[in-house]
Amino acid sequence: MSVHPRAREYTESLLPGVIPQEAELTAGTRIEPGRSYGFFTDTTLCIGCKACEVACKEWNELPAEEFKLTGDSYDNTGALSATTWRHVSFIEKLKDANGDRATELAPFQSNWLMMSDVCKHCSPAPCLESCPTGALFRTEFDTVVVQQDICNGCGYCVPACPFGVVEVNVPDGKAHKCTLCYDRLKGGLEPACAKACPTDSIQFGEISALHDRARKRVESLHAQGRSDAYLYGAPDTLGATNGINRLNAFFLLTDRPEVYNLPPQPSLPSRRVLPGLLSGLATMAAIAITAIVALAGE
Amino acid sequence: MPSLGATFGRGAATTAQWDIANADCVVIMGSNMAENHPIAFRFVMQAKEKGATIIHADPRFTRTSALCDIYAPVRAGSDIAFLGGLINYIINSERWLNDAFFREYVVNYTNIATIIEDNFQDASELDGLFSGWQAEKLSYNVDSWQYRGMDIPATLAEAYVHPSTEDPDKAIEKQQELTRRLPPSDRTLQDPKCVYQILKRHYAAYTPEMVERVSGCPKKTFLKVAETLLNNAGRERTGAWCYAVGWTHHTTGVQMIRAAAIIQCLLGNIGRPGGGILALRGHCSIQGSTDVPTLYNMLPGYLPQPSAMKPHKNFDRYVEVETPPTGWWHNFPKYIISLLRAWYGNAASAENEWRYPWIPKIVADHSQEPMMLAIADGLIRGLLLIGQNPVIGGHNSKLVRKGLANLEWMVVRETFENETASFWYKSPEAKDTNGAGPRAQDIKTEIFLLPAALPGEKEGSFTNTQRLLQWHDKVVEPPGDCRSDLWFMFHLGKRLKQLYANSQDPKDEPIKNLTWDYPTQGAQEVPSADAVLKEINGYTWPERKQIEDFKELKDDGSTACGVWIYTGVYPRADFNHARSRKPDLPDGPGTHLDWGFAWPSNRRIMYNRASADAEGKPWSERKRYMWWDGEKQQWTGKDNPDFSSNKAPDYQPDFSQGPKNGVDAHDGKAPFMMSADGKAWIFVPSGLKDAPLPTHYEPVESPVRNPMYGQQENPPVKKWARADNPYHRVGDPQYPYVITTYRLTEHHSGAIPTRFVPSLAELQPEGFAEIPPELAAEKSIANLDWIVISTARGEIESRALITERLRPFEIAGRRIYQIGMPWHFGWQGYATGDVVNVLSSIVGDPNTTIHEGKAFTCNLRKGRLQRPQQGVART
Repeated sequence: MSVHPRAREYTESLLPGVIPQEAELTAGTRIEPGRSYGFFTDTTLCIGCKACEVACKEWNELPAEEFKLTGDSYDNTGALSATTWRHVSFIEKLKDANGDRATELAPFQSNWLMMSDVCKHCSPAPCLESCPTGALFRTEFDTVVVQQDICNGCGYCVPACPFGVVEVNVPDGKAHKCTLCYDRLKGGLEPACAKACPTDSIQFGEISALHDRARKRVESLHAQGRSDAYLYGAPDTLGATNGINRLNAFFLLTDRPEVYNLPPQPSLPSRRVLPGLLSGLATMAAIAITAIVALAGE
Repeated sequence: MPSLGATFGRGAATTAQWDIANADCVVIMGSNMAENHPIAFRFVMQAKEKGATIIHADPRFTRTSALCDIYAPVRAGSDIAFLGGLINYIINSERWLNDAFFREYVVNYTNIATIIEDNFQDASELDGLFSGWQAEKLSYNVDSWQYRGMDIPATLAEAYVHPSTEDPDKAIEKQQELTRRLPPSDRTLQDPKCVYQILKRHYAAYTPEMVERVSGCPKKTFLKVAETLLNNAGRERTGAWCYAVGWTHHTTGVQMIRAAAIIQCLLGNIGRPGGGILALRGHCSIQGSTDVPTLYNMLPGYLPQPSAMKPHKNFDRYVEVETPPTGWWHNFPKYIISLLRAWYGNAASAENEWRYPWIPKIVADHSQEPMMLAIADGLIRGLLLIGQNPVIGGHNSKLVRKGLANLEWMVVRETFENETASFWYKSPEAKDTNGAGPRAQDIKTEIFLLPAALPGEKEGSFTNTQRLLQWHDKVVEPPGDCRSDLWFMFHLGKRLKQLYANSQDPKDEPIKNLTWDYPTQGAQEVPSADAVLKEINGYTWPERKQIEDFKELKDDGSTACGVWIYTGVYPRADFNHARSRKPDLPDGPGTHLDWGFAWPSNRRIMYNRASADAEGKPWSERKRYMWWDGEKQQWTGKDNPDFSSNKAPDYQPDFSQGPKNGVDAHDGKAPFMMSADGKAWIFVPSGLKDAPLPTHYEPVESPVRNPMYGQQENPPVKKWARADNPYHRVGDPQYPYVITTYRLTEHHSGAIPTRFVPSLAELQPEGFAEIPPELAAEKSIANLDWIVISTARGEIESRALITERLRPFEIAGRRIYQIGMPWHFGWQGYATGDVVNVLSSIVGDPNTTIHEGKAFTCNLRKGRLQRPQQGVART
């Protein structure tokens, strides 16, 4: 990302206050209510530094997980949880097609896949749909946030989320997940993870601009021989399926979604209600008919 | 940084990090850049976005490798075989021999055409030794390495090796030849004693087959790297190299860097945009600590430390032997006198030798490793540790701990109680009440743990990897009794002055007369870091008017300057250039000259005269950077010229008018003005203790005999074989595996700043050993199993992390396994593990006395250690 002209206006390290619309300098976008914002996470640029995990925990004051070696490559936080809102997964696939450890590699990230996962801020959002109290709501930035003071801890959002993002925290019994740094957005700041990312693997911006940028990136990668690059969660791609029109946090991947622990075809829970209901009714009917037939036979 | 210093003249990265984005090819070797320099790695990614090819050569497949186009696996410690192979490939390639660019660059800007003394003999003739080897002294006499008929002074103060130390006067006289004529050369490169022909003979054995045999890198991969380098060099294209401690932590570390420097010379990549060598430093201000310096063998600004072992008996003699007749270092007297003026103020004068006798003379190698031995032997009784955790970072940690237990007192300034401050009750041997010790109840060392302030709690400057000084303001007050290091040193100095104020003993004069008048602020009397930087920059004496450039420094006592190379960082009383934060906008030159201050004289790419051809024209439009403006008769471009700004490209010194000194003896095509002849040294006649040309030697501990020469290890390597520091013999079946140690993104070195931070500790919560699955299968070790790793120095336990990112190597017909361990861990903090440096030994590169933590041998077995208290200690 090139230097924004406004950078020349802030050459002092000690400032009287927050820089207005700082995101314009750091992410090239202004943050205004009524527009849609999100993340484009380009795994081909990710170096697995976990700065996003740390920035997230520091800004949101989230506690650490258990201090335990998992043995799963360099991933020691395991998964997204109520207290880990950015999580970098590590997938080692060192061998090439001949079964040898590769030495000539595809351009950008390959052979040791690293992906910074996060809440997808789905549109429409399954968790929000399942929430009976209205604790989950859609913000003026088109992101999805849990209000812990309204949440009753019913946990319906947990199975509703097809990505395993939302979790009910044991200490307070409330649902927690990424807020896309709702407080920062209100102050004109880009989310902490995106700002901390040294290689721009995590890009924050207006969702339509991110879609354009992401499609160009895929085209460019294809031209450089990365025919395996594709978008997950942009409209009309894998991840935006079965009633979910798009993921406001979408990804550029180079292997099947399952490899990154993502569902290939997530769905809205409401889409699962009707088939579930019908199959239940059909079962009931079948039992009834069987019973009638059996009884009639006597 | 003797390697870059010896080759180019200054021991520092030649380029700026952001300039890596302009490279067409980036080679990362001896560095895990993405993991240990993630912010700088963004510029590698920017180069990649613009189409560059990224190459990583490393013993392990790391997060850096994952982002590269070519991953070249090399066995730990075999780098020079690989790099020598590249040199051999380049100088014999069609492209290099036929493209006029390469010839014009190397003949004009390097010493490739220079003729060496007739009695020089190469390692290819002497089975791994060079002429001048003195077996009884374990050192070289470098007389035969000199330019024919001349004596070439080293560019390095830190590794000063006089060619003829036995007769300094003869050497001084022979050096005067440089003032009378240009060094002998053969621009056709045909003379059998010219550097090019020596280079060809020296590297002839480094064939692709030999590279594979020694390093284990498949020939096909090696050739791919070699072709990529060549294809991305020339008028239109440039390539950059990035290295870090993966090279320096070897007993051949200096020569590894030298080999890369030679490659960059041959490819015409120095002084040009998208080229250069980026020396990635291990900490945020390590460059600053060598500049200012914290090293024992240099005075600030790379001035030579007076030594009892050199002809330094008085000031005149010291200046006489340390002032080369030609090159920029001819100005040395101005810098040393200005330094002494800054230190001793009005107490210094020409009559009293500027108080030179007050500077302590060094009497031996006083670097960290020998210091730890001296402590263990009871020679040193007290220790001040500031920002150091030697129980974790020092090698042969048990020996270090034994030494600490011998001390009478130790002061540790830290933000948390580190392992060094707690060794006396928490180390495994201290806790073992029945063990051989040193046990807690027997340790008498008095330990003072003083709370230190963190960077945000103090003001000051960092000097980063690219020689860039960046000022930072204080954000918050340090809590409680925490104080900055500057506060501590200042008040320690004040109290010492008070203590000696009434002393009449002459040996106390230096403390009594030290200028120590920095203004302070507040009730805690915090000294002004700003005032210190002003003194570092330099000012007139006694007016104290800031000076703008080191060219204004004088040798008559009318200027005072703390670090001459930093002059310009505070050019006016109201302008701290290091605090400047004005980036270039996208339509600007991209050198960001108003973002911080880069020494020397705010030059961003050093030796940038070489970005233009011999006539001073840009090599190409695409790689335009600096050029000669014939109308204005000066050098101009996107940067500040690293050259006499109005010396024309066609300038020839007229020796018929009398001797020429300083840079006047250099012609207009000599971009490397620090060196005596103004050229980059492909062949190093003096300054290095081990070789004029990089040569493959095995690490001190190696599973194989040197496949290339009868000479096994670096001949003058520094070894301290003793009962508490034993070495493994070559191919010792008791220790069959190669082990390499390293850092992780998630932790910082001794890891006190990270192991105590929960959100960092959780990311890498325990120590581990990375093991290839082939070895794990042989040993029936499963992932996360406990294993014991052992050397003759000690043994530790850890968990196995089995990964294909490590691989077996086929070396000289044998399968060699290599394991890897991050060394951050200890018993303190949230992230814990056994101290890996219990395994390593105290051993040193002959030039720098840096250890060999990147390549030694070990054994391993499944299981755990029997300890009174089983397992990893938790706090």
